[in-house]
Amino acid sequence: MLLEVQHLRTEFRTDRGVLTAVDDVSFDLAEGEAIGVVGESGSGKSVTALSIMRLVSKPAGRIMSGRVLFEGQDLLQLDEAEMQKIRGAKIAMIFQDPMSSLNPILTIERQMTESLELHMGLNRKQARVRAVEMLQVVGISDADRRIDDYPHQFSGGMRQRVMIAIALSCSPRLLIADEPTTALDVTIQAQITDLVRRLRREFATSIIWISHDLGVVAGLCDRVMVMYAGQIVEDAGIDQIFAEPRHPYTLGLLNSIPRLDRPVTAELIPIEGSPPDLIDRPPGCPFQPRCPFAVERSHEERPPLEEVRPGHRVACWADVTKVPD
Amino acid sequence: MAAAVGGAPLVEARQLATHFTVRRGLPFARRTAVIRAVDGIDLEIARGETLGLVGESGCGKSTLGRSLLRLSQPTSGQVLFDGTDVTAASRDGLRRLRRRMQMVFQDPYGSLDPRMTVEQAIGEPLRIHGLASGERRRQRIRDLLGLVGLDPAVAKRYPHEFSGGQMQRIGIARALAVEPDFIVCDEPVSALDVSIQAQVLNLLVRLRDQLNLTYLFVAHDLSVVRHISHRVAVMYLGVVVEIAPRDRLYAEPLHPYTRALLSAVPVPNPTIEKQMQRMILKGDVASPVQVPAGCRFHTRCPLAVDRCRVEVPVLEEKRPGHRAACHLVDVARPV
Repeated sequence: MLLEVQHLRTEFRTDRGVLTAVDDVSFDLAEGEAIGVVGESGSGKSVTALSIMRLVSKPAGRIMSGRVLFEGQDLLQLDEAEMQKIRGAKIAMIFQDPMSSLNPILTIERQMTESLELHMGLNRKQARVRAVEMLQVVGISDADRRIDDYPHQFSGGMRQRVMIAIALSCSPRLLIADEPTTALDVTIQAQITDLVRRLRREFATSIIWISHDLGVVAGLCDRVMVMYAGQIVEDAGIDQIFAEPRHPYTLGLLNSIPRLDRPVTAELIPIEGSPPDLIDRPPGCPFQPRCPFAVERSHEERPPLEEVRPGHRVACWADVTKVPD
Repeated sequence: MAAAVGGAPLVEARQLATHFTVRRGLPFARRTAVIRAVDGIDLEIARGETLGLVGESGCGKSTLGRSLLRLSQPTSGQVLFDGTDVTAASRDGLRRLRRRMQMVFQDPYGSLDPRMTVEQAIGEPLRIHGLASGERRRQRIRDLLGLVGLDPAVAKRYPHEFSGGQMQRIGIARALAVEPDFIVCDEPVSALDVSIQAQVLNLLVRLRDQLNLTYLFVAHDLSVVRHISHRVAVMYLGVVVEIAPRDRLYAEPLHPYTRALLSAVPVPNPTIEKQMQRMILKGDVASPVQVPAGCRFHTRCPLAVDRCRVEVPVLEEKRPGHRAACHLVDVARPV
């Protein structure tokens, strides 16, 4: 396994009390695998990614427990200097807003060569050659000239390409992408996902792709994890989870979105209610107040994430294959 | 679904254009540029109809919606509402018209005053238009809250106490307070979480059918627009490039831009995703400041020929009720 996350728990201190953003999350990621993480805002997808990168904002946020084994080494035990050698070099991350990670007063060249010199031991000249190559790979035309431009001289879609070029320039083993296409138009999103698919074939990079868009994940990933209220509620292969979802929340998500691949229906089937308060949580399954399948046990005891068939984990006391009362 | 559709159009745009002048370059620089956000649009919306309006960011779809209500001042052309010229209306006339034309915004937090209670926010249009006061107003507010699926007991609470979905319901109640005929819904569900989107979409459909409302539904999400619209218009760089009944547009898109947009939509079905041959457009939308000559889409169009670079295509009927602005449509697919 390239990555093994075990019993990860991340909390934030707020005015109202302690917020458990990631609550006992465990999963593995194989070499070359692409895993999609879906869920709504506040479900813990981004904080899980930031915890792996050890980028949870201090002092409010804190990783309380768990292990993050990357190539067998527990990242949570490393000191900051050791962690910096991993970030950017072995694990790279891209965000929804590329401007948040690009420095507006440095040219793209300076931003790219810096990490290449640091992590790959190249000199400035070699680093520039490599950087231009990467820009060409992500489809920036006239890369040899454009590399001397500043971030604001690129459009939103181009900046996200530049971010991907930077992220992949040191040939990381793992790329974590946090809603990288959410702010982009659908035609630009198609360009980016097409690019990532190509890069995956070429570089065999493992990917954690965080998105609220089930369609993007369906076209890009081998496996999907669905998160709700800080927990993984379902984890399965891409075909399984779309064809036979076993958690009521996954089923609800798939039913509630209007879909171009299906006839128009008069009414959508929404998930009633709103996501739970992560500070003051009731006992039992966090989805239970919104769940049409809830059974008595759902009110009392939190369901563990258990394998229901090979490669398919679900955290639910009920059986969604049976029609609810 | 379209039972009440027909007769004279409720809303009509004629050669409508809304341009913005902006300063370019460094602060205090004298150079200005003109953004042609809406650049000559003709369209009609029938009473009871929902017209979906799609296109990429910056295509002018929100400005078109705002121009119909004269929330953005049109530069030229006309907007007719139920036969009355909105563009020529006096201040008083406009106020009377606004009672019948309302808007629901994308960001319900940004569109409501955080210091106003729900009751004050929904009551404000009633007060401005002198529609109800005292106990009658309070009763109307309670009725409106019930109508949008909220507990009338929340009237005394403040915006920050609500979730995004609840806030959008309040925004809808506020728009409905003056009993409008026409509502411009500008990306009403795009800021909401997936599980909440469906709740609000169902509400909008139910209200439309119950109150015989007419919507212009502006959104970038083509799946959402398909769900709610009777007809759909596709905008590119300030102009409508295609407009057709919903099922026609999604089943047989004629304009290459519409085809590219539709093929770019990811579908939550891995089998389809694996087989899908996408038409991936190169580059970005051209600038609305320097609009390309000829067909505005020719800089990104994979099918463009010489004629497209010089001659502006007219939005014309290519199939019954189905208009497109493309030189190639009839050549590539004869009627």
